[in-house]
Order: sequence, then structure tokens, then C-alpha cells
Amino acid sequence: MSAAAISPATATPATAGPAADNRSRALRRFLKRRAALVALAVVVAFIMIALAAPWIAPYNPIATDFGAVRQAPSAKYWLGTDEVGRDLLSRLIWGARASLLAGVIPVTISLMVSIPLGLLSGYAGGWVDSVIMRFTDAMLAIPFLIIAIALAAFLGPSLTNAMIAIGVAALPTFLRLSRGTVMSIRTEDYIEAARAVGNTHLRIAVRHILPNMLPPLLIQGSITMAAAIIAEASLSFLGLGQQPPSPSWGSMLNAAQRYLPTAPWIAMFPGLMIFTVVFSLNILGDGLRDALDPKSN
Amino acid sequence: MSFWTFIAKRLAVLLPTLFFVSILIFSLQHMLPGDPAIALAGEEKDPEVVEEIRKKYNLDKPVPVQYALWIGKILTGDFGISYRTQIEVSELIVSKLPITLQLATGSMIVALLIGIPAGILSAARRGKFSDGVSNFVALSFISVPHFWLGIMLILVFSVHLRWFPASGYVPLTDDVWRSLVSLFLPCIVLGTGVAGVMMRHTRGALLQTLGTDYVRTARAKGLTEKVVVLKHALRNALVPVITLGAIEFGHLLSGAVLTEQIFSIPGFGKLIVDGILNRDYAVVQGVVVVSAALYILLNLMADIFYFVANPRMRG
Amino acid sequence: MNWKKLFLTAIAAGTFLSTGAGAQSTLRIGLNDDPDGLDPALSRSYSVRLTFAAVCDKLFDITPDIKIVPMLATGFTWAKDGLSVVIKLRPNVKFHDGEPFNAEAVRYNFDRNLNLKGSFRRAEINAVKSVDVVDNLTVRLNLSEPSTPLIAALTDRAGMMISPKAGKELGDKFGTKPVCAGPYRFVERMAQGRIVFERFKDYWDKANVHYDRVVYTPITDSTVRMSALRSGELDIIERMSPSELSEVRKDNRLKIASVPELGYQVIRYNINNGPRGKLLGEDPRVREAIEAAIDRETLVKVVFNNEYIAGNQWVQPKNYFYNSALPVPKRDVAKARALLARAGKTGFTFNLIVPPERDRQEAAQVIQSMLAEAGITMNIVSQENVTMLTAGTKGDFEAYFTFWSGRPDPDGNIFQHFSCGSRQNDQGYCSKEMDQFTSKARQVAAPAERKKLYDQAAELLLRDRPVLILWHRNIFTGHNAKVRGFVPYPDGVIRVKGLKGA
Repeated sequence: MSAAAISPATATPATAGPAADNRSRALRRFLKRRAALVALAVVVAFIMIALAAPWIAPYNPIATDFGAVRQAPSAKYWLGTDEVGRDLLSRLIWGARASLLAGVIPVTISLMVSIPLGLLSGYAGGWVDSVIMRFTDAMLAIPFLIIAIALAAFLGPSLTNAMIAIGVAALPTFLRLSRGTVMSIRTEDYIEAARAVGNTHLRIAVRHILPNMLPPLLIQGSITMAAAIIAEASLSFLGLGQQPPSPSWGSMLNAAQRYLPTAPWIAMFPGLMIFTVVFSLNILGDGLRDALDPKSN
Repeated sequence: MSFWTFIAKRLAVLLPTLFFVSILIFSLQHMLPGDPAIALAGEEKDPEVVEEIRKKYNLDKPVPVQYALWIGKILTGDFGISYRTQIEVSELIVSKLPITLQLATGSMIVALLIGIPAGILSAARRGKFSDGVSNFVALSFISVPHFWLGIMLILVFSVHLRWFPASGYVPLTDDVWRSLVSLFLPCIVLGTGVAGVMMRHTRGALLQTLGTDYVRTARAKGLTEKVVVLKHALRNALVPVITLGAIEFGHLLSGAVLTEQIFSIPGFGKLIVDGILNRDYAVVQGVVVVSAALYILLNLMADIFYFVANPRMRG
Repeated sequence: MNWKKLFLTAIAAGTFLSTGAGAQSTLRIGLNDDPDGLDPALSRSYSVRLTFAAVCDKLFDITPDIKIVPMLATGFTWAKDGLSVVIKLRPNVKFHDGEPFNAEAVRYNFDRNLNLKGSFRRAEINAVKSVDVVDNLTVRLNLSEPSTPLIAALTDRAGMMISPKAGKELGDKFGTKPVCAGPYRFVERMAQGRIVFERFKDYWDKANVHYDRVVYTPITDSTVRMSALRSGELDIIERMSPSELSEVRKDNRLKIASVPELGYQVIRYNINNGPRGKLLGEDPRVREAIEAAIDRETLVKVVFNNEYIAGNQWVQPKNYFYNSALPVPKRDVAKARALLARAGKTGFTFNLIVPPERDRQEAAQVIQSMLAEAGITMNIVSQENVTMLTAGTKGDFEAYFTFWSGRPDPDGNIFQHFSCGSRQNDQGYCSKEMDQFTSKARQVAAPAERKKLYDQAAELLLRDRPVLILWHRNIFTGHNAKVRGFVPYPDGVIRVKGLKGA
């Protein structure tokens, strides 16, 4: 294969204008995308629901009604009741808290660690890169569940610890991705140009490389949020996620699994919630990508 | 850096990485709460038996000594035996590897067949209807919880329509056709998830390269959009996509836990999780080291590809 | 050919291949989990007992109503002092490798179970001091103390006879290639996959063996297991959960058989096992209050659709050894509150460890809600089984939610669980009176006399409350209507001998 055929033909400095101007343009681009706006509205709505849970939930989410177990949706229980007679709607509303957090916290942890490390690894190269990459390789090669179980068991079973475990388990993918992006653009001509003009390494990293790292990380972030919400369900399955009787969508889905043939609504609604939120988060991520990517216009 | 120095350099890091993996998995295992001897002693919990088990598997020795004993044996090719089933770990691995590879390959084929064309279509027709549809489908694949999708597919295709067996794996050596049929639904479940990711990355990478100068130059030369996209942009865009593919394939080798569980496929994922739940140390450690080795080799191949495809890396 | 056509042809071909596998008749059984090694001495899992029904015959067996009947033995006679028992053996029995089954083989098996490193059977038969070969088909077991429950132990793994030749050759790897004297011989096992057996031509009772092959497949997901039964991929599935029954009952090609289990589902309190035993051990009124706050009937109704049996003793209410003078108590929240107030423990809080298994997770949440109404806070702490059992042994718990699989003889449900310092006694319970009853019951042989002793012991159990027994499962076995001759046994083991295809 002739690699030379795909090398860039000419070099034009791609450095954008003042940052503020850049940002307002990005915002305008974002606002132009209707799908992204709708998604944003959906996510915000879920956050509001999660925050307002104590006031809007019709019932106590852990109150049981043994006379109404696994009942189909009715006027009394709008979305029906679960396996021990709790109001599904109330549990969904309260569960939004745990599930949204289970999506956001791990990704935040991953981003906060992987951006500086990825920059360091990709930009510094050499033995620093080698050590970080060996660490990443080793971690990636170990199944997520082992890392999650060991960490969560170490810290004690709870939702918080499950989120930390998921965040750590998701780390290597982010690291590889951010490092990969750095590797692919650090030899770009405009970076060389910036260096030639006498910019410091830190300045180049923050001003020129970081903005390029964000789009792929945002895409991965939106995907990982989905994975994290589902991972919370897996950990619940092992007793390391949300502790009963408190609800999270993942643990609700897990509990509903055995009633799928006889009481499908128990699984349907949390499944639908996960789907909707994850879907919206992804569209939002896309919108952000298009808006933030300086090359996309 | 020449091609061969690059390869030599990468090979040189292979062993240290594996060594790191072995230490990591060993310490993670031993951090787990719960005594493997008690796990093995079962509901009878005969204290004499518990002691004998501890001795038999060196569990009474300090952890570093246990590690040294274990790694020493691994170096001679002895992976030990499963505490639970008394089967040689190497035998377990050899019998599971084809299953896991078959499942991972099948899923990857599904992922590539859906993901890459959809990604190209989507990027080339950005903002058009087909872009919207591909995006919607990719997002749906990503957003549906796997084990939920698996159970739904079983309910529809196995229980109601009876098109596919609900579970159970038929080895390729038994019957090629039935083997493929037995893995069809799990490959769909795993493959669509990966397809969503592939599609999005293909689209993203392609859009990024389409925005670069040399693509503009290619356009300026008067080449048709089809040639620009498929010949010039795609080649560059595929580099990150293939790296991602290698990572995803590596995940499939040991991470198809829930899917293997739901469809009762006796692959690596199930082996590891059962091993963890039963504290079957030798099995978990052995399988993880082997799947890690496979994973690292895959990455090496991706890196070689990266190197060959991206001349700028040669500095 | 268009895609749709190709697809449908492919499906049709697949269906054809999967059903037209040849003239051999195969019985396919789905197991709930993957059995451990197929070695009677070294195995401990429940599901492995099901596979042993095909491959290893035992000295004795139980009947569906828990009577002991001969199998490889033809009878037994206790010595007057109860210190030895003579067992007569069945003639003309061969092991799968052609070796003869005789008194020497029986002695070998007892030696192996008693001396093999890591043998789980030792504890079940440790009353056996030595084995004498009286003649080729007669053995005498000499005991260190009288032990009526010994014969019952020989109806399970301790009574399974393996070929001495294979046992010596394979040592502790015997479980990878079992050679016994059962109706089927071992063919192959895919690790974590199917286990295949084929009919043994020289079986002593071959007139009652009808299927050519028996294949056991572990399938952990219950939905999948049930789908496989409904789609005809499996002929029999074991231990179905109550939530699955209605689906199968609707299908007239399928049948469900059920029988109450031998064991019990139980919350074990830590009453004196280390410092954490203080909370629940200090004042028995707290444990009385907990019991009064729980409505077992409702619990069984809500979580198990009334398919299980509410219980309060170590055997289910219809068992011969159940003390019917002490039936399952009714709920009394006022009494619970009063008890707590008198004990000065209003607002009592404790932690219950619950493994991440749906039956007990759901039951725990129901109990939690019932206790809350009596002003008791019960926190649910999910812990994996192994972690929980380790915590139980070490006394690092306040209460944990587990079960006992049960034994045909009540001694197996009681002695090791409630005697001072015995190995199942994670509660740290110790009562001289209880020890007297349970030891004495081992020495007398007459069932009526034993029942009297166990009735008294049950009274103690319900007064001291070291554990809270809540319900007994019904063992539901689902099978295709084509499988004829199926009879459920309370040990849950599917006797493949005697089963016939349509």
C-alpha cells in the first residue's frame, strides 16, 4: 500500500481566531441543530424530573402494596406495579436520580483522568508514553467485570462505589482515544508552525491539541454513558450496584427480567427510559461534536 | 523509524505488558472478599476439608509466594487445574477458544457489514434523509441494553416464531450449519452494538478527513465526490476505525459476559465470571492472561496497520 | 434467489437438521447451573447430583415419600448395639469398565470417601470406623457410635459406588471421566457445556432403561431454559421458578410435576458468633418481635404466587417429623411493637445480608416492608454467595439469608446446624438440651421414638429462635408430555431410569 498517496498536499494554518468568537460560533452552530435541541430538552427534562422526584412522584417509591403485586397499568397505578407491589411510575422518577448519576459520574471520572494523561502520553512520547500505554493495554486486557467487582468489593457494595468502578473500567478506552488523537495531529503542519513561532508545549497542548481531542472524546463519552447506565445493571445483578429497595433503572430492569413473559410492563418502562435518555445523550453528543469541531464548517 | 525497528519495538513491549497483566489480575483476584476454600467447601463447610483445600492449592501461603508459584508454572506452560471441576485450565482454554473466537468473529462481521457502509453513507450524505436514518439506527443499536435485546430476540424468534434455538452452542466440528445457527442471535446482539459504535466512528472520522485540505485539493482536482470519499478520504478515515475495531474485537473475546450468560454459550466470558463467582483463581487468572495475550496481539496488528497507513508517524 | 427466500430456506434446513438427528433416542435435560466435577467424593454442587442419577448407582435410594429402598444393596441389618450394620449386595452388577461390583469395591469406596484429600463425604459417614468384607457380596460397617442416619446418607453421594480400578487410575481427576455402575456411561463433557451419557449395555436393570442417550445442558438463564423446553430443544427442566409456571401450564404439550423440598429457606441470626452476635443475640425478645412482624403466608403469596409452602420448622409441614402442635404463627404487629418496647429496643435496626439472587432479594424486600410496619429497620446488604458464606463462618454478620438443601433424614437438617460448635452453626447457638435431643435421635432407630425427640427439639428451636425458617420450596420439574413415567423426588434428582419417550 502506498501511504504517500494520502499525505496532505498543502498546508494552511488552521488555527482559529479568538477563543470567544470561536465559542459563540459553536453555540450558534449548535442552536441551529433542531435534533440536538430536542435531545437537550429531553435530557434537561430528565434532570428536572430527577431533582423534583420528592414532589412529583405520586407514591413513595419503596412503599409496597401486597394487594397489588405485578399489576398492569391502571388508573391507580399509571404504569402498573412491580414485583413486590410498588408503584412503577414513582420508582422510575426516583430511579432517574441513580441512573443519570450512574451515567454521568463514571464518564466524568474517565474524562478527568484520561485527558491530562492522554495529552501527556501522546505529546511527550518516549518512555512516559510507553509506561502509560502498557498500563492501558494491561487494563484493557482485563475484563471489565473483574475490575468492577474487585474495586466495588474492596470499597463495599453501594451505588457510589459501582460508579467509581465503572469509571475506572472505562478509563483505558478514553486514554487510548485521546492519545491516538494527539498522535495523529501533533505532526500536523499548523502544530509545527505554532512550535516554530515559539509557543510553549503547554500552550500548544491547551490551545491547539485539546480542542481537537474533544470531539472524539465527546462521542466516546456519549457512548460510554449508555454503557455506564447498563453497567450499573450488571453490577446490581452481582449485588454491587444500587442497593434495594432504592430504585435505579438498571436494577429495575434486572428485577423485571424474570417476569418478562408474564408482566412485560415491568421491564418495558425502565428499558424505555434507558433507551430514551441514552438516545438523547447520543444526539446531544453529536450536536456538540458538530458545533465544536472547528473543521466542520 | 523503519518498519522493522517499529515491529521490534512493539514486540519488545509485549512481554512487559503481559507481565503487568499477570500482576494486575493476580492482585485483583486476591483483593476479592470471600475465601475460595469456603467457596469450594460448599454448604457442608467441613473445616477439615477447608484446610485440605487451602493446602492443596497453596492458599495457605503468603500472596507473593502464591504469585511466584503460579507465574513460575505458567512459564513452563502449566496453567494449573480448576479448583472446582479439577479440569486442567489449559484444557479449558483450548476448548473455549474456538467458541469465543467464533462468537467474536461472527459479531465483528455483523458489525462491519452494518457499521462501515452505514457510516460512509451517513457521512457522504450528511444532513440528508439517509444520514438521518443511519444515525437513528446506529443510535438505537447503542441505546438498547444488550441483555434486554437478547431476551427480546429469544422471546420473538425462539419462543414465538421458533426460527432459532433459544440457547446452547453447537460446535463447528459437530455440524457447521447448526453451529452458525446457534450463534446467529448472539452475534446479532453483540454485532449490532458494535455496529453502532463503528458507524458513528466511521462517520465522524470520515467527516473529519473530508474537511482536511488534501481532500479539498482532491476535490479541486475535479475528482468526483464518489472517488473523493471512497478513495481518498475513506483510507485515512479507516485508520482510527480499524484501531477501534481491534479494541472492540478484544472486548468481544472476554467481555461478552451477559450475552454468553443469556444464550448459554460456554465461552471465555462465562468461564471468567463463573470463575470469579466461585473464586476459581487458577481458571480466572489463566483465562485472563490468555485473552490478554490475544488482545495485545490484536493491538499490535492494529498498530502495524496504523504505522503502514499513516506515513507521518514515521517522523 | 432473493434474501428472504434464502433466509427461510436456511431456517428450514436448520430445523430439519436439529430434529432429524437419527434413530437414537436422546433425553435432553436442562440444568440450572454448571455442575462441578463428577466425582461422588469431591463434588459439592446441587446440579451434579442430577447427572449422577444417570451415571452412578447408589447402595440405597429413597422413594418419593422418603422411605429407604435398596439399589446396589439388597438390604441391611443393624446389630443390636447399633455399633455395626451388615449390608447385602446385589449380585451380577458390573461397572462401566467391566470390573465386578462386590464387597471389595464397597470397601474401596468407603475408604476413598473417608480418606481422599478434600472428600466432602467424610463428614456424612465419619461414624464408620472400618469396613469388613464378610463374603463377596456382604460387608459389615463398624461404627464408632450408633448412627441411625447413616443409611440415609448412603442414598446420596456417599452411597455412590465407583469402579475401584478407575478410581485408582484417575485419583482426584476421577470427576473428569466417571466410571460407575449406573444405567448410563459417561461419553463426553464440554466444559461449561453439555454432558453426554449413553446407555450401558451390561446394566443390572437394563429392562428399565429406555433412552439411548442422556444429555445434560447447563443453562443459567431461566427465561432461556423455559424457551428451550417450549421449543422442544429440551425434554426436561429442573427447579423451575414459580414465575415461570403459568406459561408452561398454558401449553398442553408440557407438564409440570412438583414435590416439596427436603430443605428450608432460612435467615440465620448471629446470636453468639463473635462480637457482632450481641445485637441480635442479647435479647431473644427482639427475635420474637421480628417473627411476629412477619406474615409468612403473604410473603409466599406475593413473591411466589402461593406456589411455595410457608414454614417454620426444619422440615415442611406435611413431613412426618414436623411438630404439628407448633404451626406457622400468624402475624401480630401489635405484639411485635410491645415486645420491642418491653425489651427497650424501640426503633431496632439490623443488617440482613442477601445474595444477589432474585427469590431472596424479593423476599427480603417484602420482609423489610413488613418489619418497617412494626418499627423495625432492616437494611438489605447485597453480597455474593461466597462473600456471604465467608462472613457467616467468621461471624462477620448480624443476619444472613440462605437456605439448606435438605437431607432425607431429619438429622441432616438439624444436627450440624444447631448443635454446640457444629460446622453449619454460624449462629453460635449452643443449648445443652438441644444437644441431648439431637444426639439421642441419632442413636435410636424406631421412627416414632425419633419423632418424639425431634418434636421436643422443635419446641426448643421455636423458643430460642437461633434462625428464622420462612418457607419451603416446591421442586417444580417441567417436562415434555412425550416423556412418560416421570415421578418427582423430594431431593430434586431426576431419576432417568424408567423414563420413556413417546
